[in-house]
Amino acid sequence: MSFTIGQFLLADTSLFRLGSYGVRADDVWIVATAIACCVACGLVGCFLVLRRMALLGDAISHAILPGLALAFILTGTRSPVAMFAGALAVGVLTAVLSAGLNRFGKVSEDSALGVVFTTLFALGVLMITFAARDVDLDPGCVLYGLIEFTPFDTLSIGGLELPRAFVTLGAILALTLGLIVLFYKELKLVCFDPALATTLGISAAVVHYGLMTLVAATTVASFEAVGSILVIAMLVAPGATAHLLTDRLRTMLLLSALIAALSAVMGYALAVMLNTSVAGMIASVALGLFIVAVVFSPSQGLVAKALRQLRLGLRITREDLLGLLYRAHESEASAPLAHEHLLHRAHAPRSGRWVLALLKRQGLVADDPARGLVLTSRGLDEARAVVRGHRLWETYLATAVGKDPGRVHKPAHATEHFLSPTLQEKLSDELRAPSDPHGKQIP
Amino acid sequence: MSELLRLITLQDPNTRVVLLGTAALGVAAGLVGSFAVLRRRALIGDAVAHAALPGLCVAYFVVGDRSFPAFLAGALAAGVLAAAFVAVVKARTRIKEDAAIAIAIGGFFGLGIVLSRIIQNQPTGNRAGLDSFIFGKAASMVGSDATFIFAVALTITLVVALLYKELKLTVFDRDFAVAQGWPALAIDLALMTLICVCTVAGLPAVGVVLVVALLVIPAVAARFWTNRLPTMLLLAALFGGASGLLGTVLSATLPAPAGVLSRGWPTGPLVVLCASALFLVSLLAAPKRGLLADLVRRVRLRRRIAIQNLLRDAYEHLEPRGDFGAAFRAADLGAGPAHHDEPRRPFERAEALGLIQSAAGEYRLTGQGQAAAARTVRAHRLWELYLIHHADIAPDHVDRDADRLEHVLPPEVLAELEARLEGQVPPGVPASPHALRGSALS
Repeated sequence: MSFTIGQFLLADTSLFRLGSYGVRADDVWIVATAIACCVACGLVGCFLVLRRMALLGDAISHAILPGLALAFILTGTRSPVAMFAGALAVGVLTAVLSAGLNRFGKVSEDSALGVVFTTLFALGVLMITFAARDVDLDPGCVLYGLIEFTPFDTLSIGGLELPRAFVTLGAILALTLGLIVLFYKELKLVCFDPALATTLGISAAVVHYGLMTLVAATTVASFEAVGSILVIAMLVAPGATAHLLTDRLRTMLLLSALIAALSAVMGYALAVMLNTSVAGMIASVALGLFIVAVVFSPSQGLVAKALRQLRLGLRITREDLLGLLYRAHESEASAPLAHEHLLHRAHAPRSGRWVLALLKRQGLVADDPARGLVLTSRGLDEARAVVRGHRLWETYLATAVGKDPGRVHKPAHATEHFLSPTLQEKLSDELRAPSDPHGKQIP
Repeated sequence: MSELLRLITLQDPNTRVVLLGTAALGVAAGLVGSFAVLRRRALIGDAVAHAALPGLCVAYFVVGDRSFPAFLAGALAAGVLAAAFVAVVKARTRIKEDAAIAIAIGGFFGLGIVLSRIIQNQPTGNRAGLDSFIFGKAASMVGSDATFIFAVALTITLVVALLYKELKLTVFDRDFAVAQGWPALAIDLALMTLICVCTVAGLPAVGVVLVVALLVIPAVAARFWTNRLPTMLLLAALFGGASGLLGTVLSATLPAPAGVLSRGWPTGPLVVLCASALFLVSLLAAPKRGLLADLVRRVRLRRRIAIQNLLRDAYEHLEPRGDFGAAFRAADLGAGPAHHDEPRRPFERAEALGLIQSAAGEYRLTGQGQAAAARTVRAHRLWELYLIHHADIAPDHVDRDADRLEHVLPPEVLAELEARLEGQVPPGVPASPHALRGSALS
């Protein structure tokens, strides 16, 4: 999280080098580290999204500042182990304190988090100011992270020179994966039915605090390499994106991991192209992917929902038009039916015109010189089904439900579009009525 | 000391500026924060504040220079965008508000870092003073900034005063407001705008991370003291303003740590910690909702329960003999559900209250004690009978249930129980519907 002047010089040359597009071993390590971090966050994040604990990552990653400062002040070194321990302790403390405030102080959950993490962050800034005599603990660095520098801080394992951040994050990823595989059933149950989990003897509290600890560990391990902002984004965005794409937990976990890895790779590529912050770019890409899912998700997306509504609206207009035409020609001697009159009665002056044109092209409605708009024989079949549904429902409401016959038209008008043929048959068998409450024949 | 005097009497013009600015900010944030906290919107401010960074960067790109008004406009626009993002995601998708806020925080701030690094890489760029927005630099506040914050605070106070009724209604019963034909959506939007304005105005003073503290902490602290909105608003404004004042005074007077004299103590974190201290006091000492008051209530209740259990045990022990004035020993009563870890204390307390008298290791119920014991036993047995007759619970199961409730049955409920059990209970203390452990032993 902090760097000597030498490292800053190195960093400058590396930034320069990042500007030229070639792929080096360093790039591979940076991407690998980013992927490890993002996938670990993405996997835990699914449970945060489902358990509505999304802001915990935000709170913990801000609140660990005093833990880092305290570890430094106490040990006098920037030893990674001490830093990790300090940050983890404060991270867990954040979770416990805000839960306690919520429970004993009756402060709402979000307010409790807001109070706890800002207080701890303020404390952290003060402690860093106090400790800043001889160390450059830079709050900025905590926020942005410097993933670009990971290849310069290496560990030697079995003769292999591996970046330290990659080793840490790889270990966290393995731990996360292992825990999810081991406790998959428990996690799933606690996410979707905590009450059932409790009756089955699975303590929701234990799972909850275990999850919090895992979040704290992931956050602490990640922020040094990638900064707390990236952690906040990656803990929630891939999980939420996956949640928009599937209803199954297994698929959601898989998708979340994929989306996280995709964000890491795309973010890195874009950052190199624009010569800018890798962590920031990965977070931006994650936000972008989430927005894409919000708009275009096949089942949950805004576009899909709008299309579904549009299709439903058009179907209802179409069925209304057919029904009106059927009723208009029920009595033999009826006046010619003009376009405008029909559209006015269907309450759909604009979309109705369009739907009417379509009906004509499909050969369901025709222009008769003498009688105006008429139904063709195919159109008659479809229209009959609509009117039949309408009148069956009216009869049902009036006889079986006992509604006032004067008040059955409106509900039937809404329901006629949703009565399937089988339901119509059932109604007809049960009611055995030749005509509706208004005396009209049921076709 | 003279330094402190100079500060408090506002003789130093620079400190006066900063003091006015932070105090006004605290007051405005307290007012807006109260509504935000009550409406469960506390952390929207966090998303708005973090979204300000890309707004600042875009403003820099557009204006090409660091200008305070342009920065604020950019930050405000981006903040409103983030708030709208959260609102749309919450309303139109299955993603919950907390996840939407977290995504806005991470995503927008990430975008901001990307843009600010690009600015930095430009030949003329030097982060354009963006850092002071992210971490806040109240000490570098100049007269015009303070005037600006003051004006914003005044505007916010006025708007809150004008929209008081509307805000109150939507905060406490939005459905009712909608049913009454109030434009609830517009009022929600007004509240969001207030939160955005307040957050952005606070950025230069306390920074991105801590500005949300000014919204949340004074309001949550004020909530402990009262159940009334006007009082809460007043207190939150007071706490916010006091934190601003105290934090600024502390940062100007505390001796800076050796070696980093040039930096001094940062104002923003001190302001927040002052607010946190006020919160802690409220959490502990507030008269009704505070933890100490709660503790006192719990201890009192536990003591009352212990004494009532003692009286009931004594009553049921003496009942077979028909002489409630007879002497009994502490050991006689051990078997009942009144078993507790400090067995002597209830005797002492009951004696101090004049309910029992002790002589030579033996106790007697006083007249007052007999009446109290009869009342307790009566409540217990009425509830037992009610459970047996109206809840169909087996007679040997009711003792424990009744044991919990007898202590908290108010007189009205007892009267109601009597009415429901009419004809089934004789006047006075009814007989126990199940075998008594005490009598079974004796």
